[in-house]
Amino acid sequence: MFKVSYYPGCSLEATARDYAESIAGVAGLMDVKFNELKDWNCCGATAAHSLDHRVTLNLAARNLALAQGQAQPLVVPCALCFNRLASARHELLEDSSLIIDEIARLGTDYQSVQVLELNEFFTTPQMIALAESRLEQDLTGLKPVCYYGCQGQRPPAVTGKKDYENPQGLDRLLSGLGAEVLDWPFKTDCCGASHAVARPELVFTLVARLYQWALERGANCLVTGCQMCQANLDMYQEQISRQMGREVYLPVFYFTELMGLALGHQQTNKWLGRHLVSPRLLLENSGLPRGVWERL
Amino acid sequence: MPGEANHSSSPRAGDAIRPSGSWLARVDAASGAGAASCFGCKKCSNGCPLTFAMDLHPYQVVRYLQLGQIEKLEKCRTIWLCASCQTCLTRCPNEVDLPRLMDWLTETVFKRGEEAAEERVLLFHRLFLNDVAKRGRVFEGSLMAGYLLKTGGAFGVEALANARLGLRMLKKGRMKLLPAGTKDKAWLKALFKEAKEKGDV
Repeated sequence: MFKVSYYPGCSLEATARDYAESIAGVAGLMDVKFNELKDWNCCGATAAHSLDHRVTLNLAARNLALAQGQAQPLVVPCALCFNRLASARHELLEDSSLIIDEIARLGTDYQSVQVLELNEFFTTPQMIALAESRLEQDLTGLKPVCYYGCQGQRPPAVTGKKDYENPQGLDRLLSGLGAEVLDWPFKTDCCGASHAVARPELVFTLVARLYQWALERGANCLVTGCQMCQANLDMYQEQISRQMGREVYLPVFYFTELMGLALGHQQTNKWLGRHLVSPRLLLENSGLPRGVWERL
Repeated sequence: MPGEANHSSSPRAGDAIRPSGSWLARVDAASGAGAASCFGCKKCSNGCPLTFAMDLHPYQVVRYLQLGQIEKLEKCRTIWLCASCQTCLTRCPNEVDLPRLMDWLTETVFKRGEEAAEERVLLFHRLFLNDVAKRGRVFEGSLMAGYLLKTGGAFGVEALANARLGLRMLKKGRMKLLPAGTKDKAWLKALFKEAKEKGDV
């Protein structure tokens, strides 16, 4: 049993409920116990670091303090939360003078907290071997490109990633589970993230570029480990497809959903049922068992 | 403008830049961005995914700072359009922290209460931070509703398109109906007290 701490972040309570549920499901299949931080707070996201450096550091510092003395590492599924926590930790190790007393009181041993992105946690050689040993349903027929996004990768001095220009973890994991993973040059390009609200046309341009390349490579789906990427790729597909003047059908999976599918989790269809781009047609055409797609 | 007459033959005399070294050291010290070490290779701008929408390319932001043209930077769209994807910093041979510089500039404009070149981006950030200040966590539903009300009204084209999308998300179980927050709020009050007094958030 692997016991670690867990920081879900605000999105996993709402738009990324499918992600949250699939993580809980996969944890059970992989003998992992995720201990959610008690009374965690928002990381402040883009808003806080754009408007108030002091606030963004303090928001992260409180979460890091809550993780002190808990099981390590602190695993974070949201790429942006991960980046905020890791960046703040990086800075706080040098200088924590901006932290207010009410938060410093909770503990300032930031060194003791190890912040890890969920997809890194599940793609160590040990975890991949474990997943492969429990494989129940080959992901035959799925030809994904893996989309890692930016916040989990960069800057490497903060994220600790070694293959940040061409990450391989998800590629290895999903290949091991029988998917025909395709290589592509847009693994870590930006989807525009929260600009989807205030400047949606920017996100549409960036996402159209991703669709185009995915299709060009012959992919029939996208796989991600970031809920902002998933939302931007999944929610506006109809609209962007229309703008591109090209029919785009690319279901967007969380890697944990495909782990659930491959390891035979009974709730997989419930998670997949929350997507706006229904993966039903793809799964049916891929020859995957009826039970997985028939109720989507 | 002083010295303007001397340049009257130049077609863009009024736009001539008069370099000033006073800002570079100040901003580098305050932000830690390290803009002084930029030698202009433009790797930042070649890798930037959003240059197509920017009025200044990332290397120009650094260059204008080196030349002391701070006003130009505070008024540009680029600082609000940067998505903090960190490509520029990652690839910079001199480790100039451009995303941090962009943040420093947006924070400066915001705290002075000046108008942002990308008003909607600032509005969304402000509402988001307001939400965090209230509960300690963000409630996506009311955040979106608040944003749409302030931008186009409840029956604007954008609001209606988003309402349709919102309904689909609701049907898929991807909308939360009740907000959550941290139980402990003392730290939150203390943290945002100063900001609120200044009328920031």
